[in-house]
Amino acid sequence: MQHPLSRRTYLDGVRAAAPIGVAAFAFGLSFGVLARSAGMGRIAPVVMSVTTFAGSAQFAVASILGAGGGLVTAIVAAVLLNLRYGPIGLSAASAFAGPWWKRAVGAQLVVDESWAIAQRDDGRIDRHLLVGAGLLLLVCWTTGTAIGAFAGDLVADPESLGLDAAFPALFLALLWSQVRDRSRLLAALGGAAIALALMPFTGPGVPIVAASLACLIGARKPS
Amino acid sequence: MSAVWISVVVVGLATVAIKAAGPLLLARHTPPPRAQAALEHLAPALLAALVVTQALGGDNGGFTIDARLAGLAAGAIALLLRAPLLVVITAAAVTAALVRLVA
Repeated sequence: MQHPLSRRTYLDGVRAAAPIGVAAFAFGLSFGVLARSAGMGRIAPVVMSVTTFAGSAQFAVASILGAGGGLVTAIVAAVLLNLRYGPIGLSAASAFAGPWWKRAVGAQLVVDESWAIAQRDDGRIDRHLLVGAGLLLLVCWTTGTAIGAFAGDLVADPESLGLDAAFPALFLALLWSQVRDRSRLLAALGGAAIALALMPFTGPGVPIVAASLACLIGARKPS
Repeated sequence: MSAVWISVVVVGLATVAIKAAGPLLLARHTPPPRAQAALEHLAPALLAALVVTQALGGDNGGFTIDARLAGLAAGAIALLLRAPLLVVITAAAVTAALVRLVA
C-alpha cells in the first residue's frame, strides 16, 4: 500500500485520514447532540473531545450519565474502553523521539484510526502519517462535537448514512496490508479469536486489550 | 464540581496517562529482539480485534448483527478487487446505508 522507500509528510497523513475524517466529523456531531441531551451541557463535551479524544469512551460516559447510571460506572466504563491505548501506545512508541514531554504530547494524537493509518510496511509507525492523521481527526472530531452541542437540532444520524460501517472497513483494509507473512496472519487470527471469545462475557474494551496477547506469537522467532 | 465535570476531568487525565505510557516506557530502552518482534505483531492482533469489535459489537457488550456486517463484506470485496482505501471505506458505508434504507 505504501512505497517502502518514499518519505511520508504530515500532509500525506492528512490526506490518508481525510475519508475517515468525514466519519469522525459526523460521529462528533452525534456525540455533541447525545452529550447535550444527556445533561452534559455544551462546553464539557467539547472539552472532552479535545482532551480525551477517544470516541467510544466519550459515548459511554454520555450515555451512562444520561441514563442515570452513576459517575463511577461512567468513569470505569470509559477507562476500560481506553485501556487498549496501553498496547497501542507500546506499538507506536518507536515513532516518538525527544524529551519526555514531547513524547507525551505526541502520544495524545494516537487514536485507533491515526495509529492504523500510520502503519509502515516494516511493522513500525510512521511519525509524519500519525501526526498528520491525528491532527486532522482531532479537528474533525472536535468541530463536529461543537456543532452538535451548540446547534444539534439540524443533525442527521450518521448510522443512516452507513458511516459506522466505515470504521471496521478501514481497520480491515489496514490489516490487509499488514498480513504479509505467516506469523502476522497467526497474530491477526489469534487477536480476532480472543476478541470474539470474550465479547459475550466482558464489557466493551476488555476484548481488545486481551487480543493484544496474540502478539506473543511474534516472540517465537526474532526477526 | 458536578458529576459531568468530574467525569470529563478524570476520564481525560486517565486517557492522557494511558496514551503516554507506552512512548514514555520505551523512551530509553530499545527492547530486546524477541520483545521487539512481539511488538511488531501487536498491529495485526489489535487491528483484527478492532475489525471484530467494530463490526459486531453491541452497545452494552455482546454481539449485534446489523448492516455494518454487510458494509464490511462490501469493503472486503473491494479489497479483493485491489481497490484503494477511499473506495473500500465508501463501499462499506454506502452498502450499510442501502441495507438500512431497505430493511
